[in-house]
Amino acid sequence: MLAAEAAQLSSGWFLENVWLIALIPIVSFALIIAFGKHLPMKGSEIGLASMFASLVLATGTAIQWIQRTNSASGGEESLGMLQAFGRSMPRATEGEVQPFIEPVVHTWVWWSNGPLEFGIGSSASGLSVLLLWLVAFISLLVQVFSLDYVRGDRRYTHFFAAITLFSGGMLVMLMAPNMVQLILGWEIMGLCSFLLIGHWWEEEANSRAALKAFFTVRVGDVGLLVGTAIIFFGANAWAVDNLDSNGFDINAIQAWALSGEANSKFLLWGAIALFIACIGKSGQFPLHTWLPDAMAGPTPVSSLLHSSTMVVAGVFLVAQLYPVFWQAFDIGQGSLTFIAVIGAITIIIAALLAFVQDDIKKVLAYSTVSQLGYMMLGLGTGAWLPAVFHIFTHAFFKCCLFLCAGSVSHSGSHHSFDMKKDMGGLRKKMPITFTAWIISTLALTGIFPFAGFWSKDEIIDNVGNNGYTFLMWVGLGGAVLTAAYMTRATYLTFFGEPRGAAAGEHNGDEHSEEHEMEHISVGAHEPRSLGAAANAHGADDHDAHDDHHASDGPHESGPLLLIPIVILAFFALFAGLANPTPLASRFGEGIESMKKYVEPSSTPVAFEDVIATGPGESIMLVDGRVSASPNAEGAAGGEEGAGHSSGCGFDAPEPGTACFFPSVTHAEPSFNKILLSLGVVAAGYAVAIAFNIAFYGRKNKHLVGLTERSKVMRGGFLFLKNKYYLDALYENVIVRAVAHPIAKGTNWFNQNVLDATVNAAGEGARRTGVWVYDNIDQRIVDGAVDGSGWIAEETGHGLQSTQSGKVSQYGALLFGAAAVGAIVLVLVNVS
Amino acid sequence: MLAVNFLLLGAALFCIGVYGVIARRNAVMVLMSIELILNAVSLNFVAFALMSGAIDGQVFALYVIAVAAAEVGVGLAMVLMIYRNRKSIALDELSEMKG
Repeated sequence: MLAAEAAQLSSGWFLENVWLIALIPIVSFALIIAFGKHLPMKGSEIGLASMFASLVLATGTAIQWIQRTNSASGGEESLGMLQAFGRSMPRATEGEVQPFIEPVVHTWVWWSNGPLEFGIGSSASGLSVLLLWLVAFISLLVQVFSLDYVRGDRRYTHFFAAITLFSGGMLVMLMAPNMVQLILGWEIMGLCSFLLIGHWWEEEANSRAALKAFFTVRVGDVGLLVGTAIIFFGANAWAVDNLDSNGFDINAIQAWALSGEANSKFLLWGAIALFIACIGKSGQFPLHTWLPDAMAGPTPVSSLLHSSTMVVAGVFLVAQLYPVFWQAFDIGQGSLTFIAVIGAITIIIAALLAFVQDDIKKVLAYSTVSQLGYMMLGLGTGAWLPAVFHIFTHAFFKCCLFLCAGSVSHSGSHHSFDMKKDMGGLRKKMPITFTAWIISTLALTGIFPFAGFWSKDEIIDNVGNNGYTFLMWVGLGGAVLTAAYMTRATYLTFFGEPRGAAAGEHNGDEHSEEHEMEHISVGAHEPRSLGAAANAHGADDHDAHDDHHASDGPHESGPLLLIPIVILAFFALFAGLANPTPLASRFGEGIESMKKYVEPSSTPVAFEDVIATGPGESIMLVDGRVSASPNAEGAAGGEEGAGHSSGCGFDAPEPGTACFFPSVTHAEPSFNKILLSLGVVAAGYAVAIAFNIAFYGRKNKHLVGLTERSKVMRGGFLFLKNKYYLDALYENVIVRAVAHPIAKGTNWFNQNVLDATVNAAGEGARRTGVWVYDNIDQRIVDGAVDGSGWIAEETGHGLQSTQSGKVSQYGALLFGAAAVGAIVLVLVNVS
Repeated sequence: MLAVNFLLLGAALFCIGVYGVIARRNAVMVLMSIELILNAVSLNFVAFALMSGAIDGQVFALYVIAVAAAEVGVGLAMVLMIYRNRKSIALDELSEMKG
């Protein structure tokens, strides 16, 4: 980068054309559907190629975003590739105001309604670039994994089509410059999750799980539509007046929320409605029930859905519209927020549920719900950066865990996911899967130096630092539970004696019986776990596997399954180094690349520097004229640590300027806190390991059967086993109480009022019809028709003799007629 | 020069043509008769154009000649096809147009 451009914000081809990242998978979806079946790899090559292309573009975009950020904060050094990945980037010197790096927006008018125009396009900000890269990366690895995992499936092509569109939907949402496009991507994902969860819809349980996921998310989606509408009506006037934009534009909404002129009622209700959407999409309490059932889909789908797409969408929405939530819930003032409470409840209840699951994927599903709770807790308490960072690290290790579970079921337990029946002792048979699983588990539980440690501890630390001491202890408690349930899952899967299919035997009857016995409302196992006996659907697609497994028992998976797992395990190990806050005091703040490149600056920007590229399109800053505003002292707030309460998000910005992000605080990492959380997690591990060995390994008499003997334990167990009776509440109480009376009332109204009206109208119409038929139709209309027919017939008979077919006769008639005509003409003209 | 001379010649040609169309059996003769009728009309056009001094009639005559040429081309082609099929071009034996 030339020194002359130092003050200029650099942009580039990749940043301008971010929209290609989402367009490629969506076009590929159409191509796979149209031509996939005729291709040698049944369409999977198109999916893989599109995800690879998206990944390349996303990587280019990330590098250019880093250059752009650097160019704003001095840009005195040239950029090499190594630096572009953010290891040794010198930070802007202390005290210097970090300018606001505006997103690179590129939009077209999609449709317009009166003066309102809706843009569609791309907006590349730090947050969206980070997640775009993440989604493209995870999607590519998951598709590679799927190549082998779903091989031979009867809907192989459709699987790849849907999973490609799924990633495309997430990418569309991430780059959305306005709420309309965000809703579009959000709904594409909802549709694809339905298609993928119900991929094996021949099993009734699977199609029910797909419907449940779809409808539960729809409940939340109502909140998204309502919230968008409320925010639009609140923000539109302000956005049109000040920014020449409109109330759908995300940047305008951010600026409006922080302008100090926002109507607090609009803000509050808009934020609540939007957060309900996030509850549905991100599986927060009390709408988390669809996530575990979503395990009915193929494992790669679970992996993708639970790591980087779909469930992260809700967290992303909160992070993207953070100023709205910040103002609406007074996050800056340290008040106990709706978001934080929901997040905290979710952490604990989901972690507890993970203890009573026998299905390895369901343990991971509840683990995901619990981790999403951490992200929401972080966002709800002002810890924006750690929450976003946790999205990043969580994607790697959770995706890795799911793929390990898939690998175990594929090669170790004969397509079963039941830890108690079909697993155990697999660590020697599947060493690579086992190693990756252990790394990811340690990352998930937040052990130093794995990825989860850097993000999760930061969340807990910041929650405490922002004054939420109780919620900090909830977070620590969640960490203990995480360590414990992951120990249980690890022990049951990889240690102890091999059982069932893991020991080489397999009989499908047991599985189906066990399904009957489990009185959980929706048994959302993979249909393949039903095995050979209940061969309802898998007769043609999995015969090959069955033979294969009967011969050699559990073994390590093939390279196509292992390569993605190993790559993800590598990232689970090292991704935390992207933002190692505790090391910042030793190595300088430049090491915190997330903080530098992803977190938006809270510097106010003057309106004159914000140009609109037309209504409906996003606002942009005049390139190269990023000016620090008059009240610079508040703007540098992000650096000041705890205790400051001025700047964006606290005071209204100076007239004529706008803020786009509140100045959040960052906790100073302290050695004691890290030691505390690590100690707590270690204690959780110790207790859990001891318990598991005693319970499952040695079958300790005092512990085994405790749930049968002790009433309290029995009650607690059943309470958890039935998932807090939430499903029963929804289906039996809410649906029955609300839907059934409505249905009955509607039926009565239909039978007695509507039908009577319709019958009376029908009878009247019938009588009128009869009269009309007798009088008008039969006499007048038919008479006219018959009469004209008769005339034509008689005329025809009369003229028949002239049609002789003789040319000379025709000629004579012609000239005769011409002569008659001429005579008439002469007579008329003469007289 | 009297217009009536031209008009009388035209009328005579027209009548000969009409007679030929109606009375002759040979298809080629019928076509030639049609030519006569057209030429009679063209003659009238040219005559009136000469009388009035306007050029429109002469232009129209040129058009009629062009159309007549095309018409004879099509007509002779049809006659040829009829001859190939029936080895005869006698029109009174034809009644294919009866319908």
